[in-house]
Amino acid sequence: MMLRQHVARFWVHAVLIIAAAFIMVPFLWITSSAFKTQIAILTGQFLFEPTLDNVREVILSSTSDYITAYRNSFVVATISTLLVLVIATLAAYAMDRLQTPRWIVHSLLGWAALFHMIPPVTMVGAWFQMYRETGLDNTFTGLVLAHVTLNLPIALWLMANFIRDVPLELEEAARIDGCSTPRLIWRIIVPLVRPGLAATGILVFIFSWNEFVVALSLTARDTQTVPVAISKYSQEFEIKHAEMAAAAFLSILPAFVLLLIGQRHIVKGITTGAVK
Amino acid sequence: MPALPLPPMAKIGIDRKWRAIGLAPSLLVFAGLTLLPIANLVAMSFHDIAWADGISRWTFVGFRHYQALPEDMLLRAGLGNTIFFAVVSTLTQMLLAFVLALFVSRIHRGRVLYRTLFILPILVPAIVIGAIWKLMLNYDFGLVNDFIGLFGAAPRDWLGERALALWSVIVVDVWHWTPFCFLLLLAGFESLPQDVYEAARVDGVGPLSELRYITLPLMLPTIAVTLGFRLILAFKVFDEIYLLTGGGPGTATEVLSFTVYRRFFTQDRAGYGAAMSLFAMTLVAVLAITAMTAARRRQTRS
Repeated sequence: MMLRQHVARFWVHAVLIIAAAFIMVPFLWITSSAFKTQIAILTGQFLFEPTLDNVREVILSSTSDYITAYRNSFVVATISTLLVLVIATLAAYAMDRLQTPRWIVHSLLGWAALFHMIPPVTMVGAWFQMYRETGLDNTFTGLVLAHVTLNLPIALWLMANFIRDVPLELEEAARIDGCSTPRLIWRIIVPLVRPGLAATGILVFIFSWNEFVVALSLTARDTQTVPVAISKYSQEFEIKHAEMAAAAFLSILPAFVLLLIGQRHIVKGITTGAVK
Repeated sequence: MPALPLPPMAKIGIDRKWRAIGLAPSLLVFAGLTLLPIANLVAMSFHDIAWADGISRWTFVGFRHYQALPEDMLLRAGLGNTIFFAVVSTLTQMLLAFVLALFVSRIHRGRVLYRTLFILPILVPAIVIGAIWKLMLNYDFGLVNDFIGLFGAAPRDWLGERALALWSVIVVDVWHWTPFCFLLLLAGFESLPQDVYEAARVDGVGPLSELRYITLPLMLPTIAVTLGFRLILAFKVFDEIYLLTGGGPGTATEVLSFTVYRRFFTQDRAGYGAAMSLFAMTLVAVLAITAMTAARRRQTRS
């Protein structure tokens, strides 16, 4: 009996370690490639002398737009995340606590769920056409609005769930003391759903940072985001593999940092969003 | 301590003004940036649209774009590939994720570590996943060919051979999304009632019958939700394919999203692209609504 348990445990760990290796190898490989010379990559050297040339080329070279793209991504992701959080929190509060008619709640959340599943590529043509007519194409405002629209559904679902869990008692007590709605949201609801806001905010930031097809269609060289910049590395006449690896490596750093500091929040966000 | 009877919210009075202010931004975003553009797509789909000097000229063409859809060979290829891709990669992901989640839920030490490692692919830009795997699958210096070379196998052109390309894309997608299914299934495993297992163990139920008669039935709702969700989201696939194969070779990895993008942007046929967008949207919406009502019916029955 003991022996069988030990054997079983051995197999469980063996499978998990192999799976972890499968997931990690591409990351380790791209990271090592980022610090290899082009020749070292092309000749498939396993041991190599690390070089910072690729990273330096990607960041500092006058022909590289990467730093601009990085800044653009940061601006777009930050602003759209903040907007989404405010809009979703307000709506979630109004839906759950201010006796919004049920048909409005159902249509809003139903449409959010449906819109979340529709491929963004089917919307981008319409946005492109509208933006061109109104001069919003190739502007940060346009891209921020598009990202707000893409991420509002998941934020609405998450915040509706988190606010539902806030106990009513505190709020009722505050109401009796004559606390106004905006003050109540700011002083009581927001502090209590802070973990929920963190989960939603981290996810929305990552989604915006990662988003490709909409940014590809609505931006030009000076407003392009990181994914768009990376896609261009592979389309040049002569693919610069080393620089592409360095750019890819740099682009996953924010997600990596967010994972390290907010693993719990990310797990909560993903599971709440999908299951409930 | 007995709670003081609090007056119900209705008596304090509902703040109608703030209800309107709270809902307005969401309604505005959905109306202005989803409903209006969709209405615009409908209008576009009946026209040919040409741009000259920053002004668009619309020519009415009736149902011509819709009539052209069934004959579009690229769309047919894209639709076929998308369905094959969605079914094969989703089922593979579910199978792998089920085993991994089951195993992780059984261990005590290292659970958080595994979970952290396994999440990583979901958080990385899909375009970067395309870039990484494009290098990994490279014929001349890719790690995959190096690896199979160790066993004496000849290198293959994973993304360039017609018969292999779609399978390579599926492998990349499985790598990308298995973690997502894993997370949802793990959450399911962690919320299973433990007393049932203890009772079964007391009755001497073996591990295989435990899986078959206790775990699987209890996990079925979670499995169904995850499977349905992934299956529908698989129709979104675009970014990885954009970098890996660009839909090629030929139409071997052409997918629905890619066809829409190609018609709309690469060929600049906004009217026809709009008709195809609406077709794709309707298809996914029908799938999603079917899945959601099925899930709800299940819920109310149990």
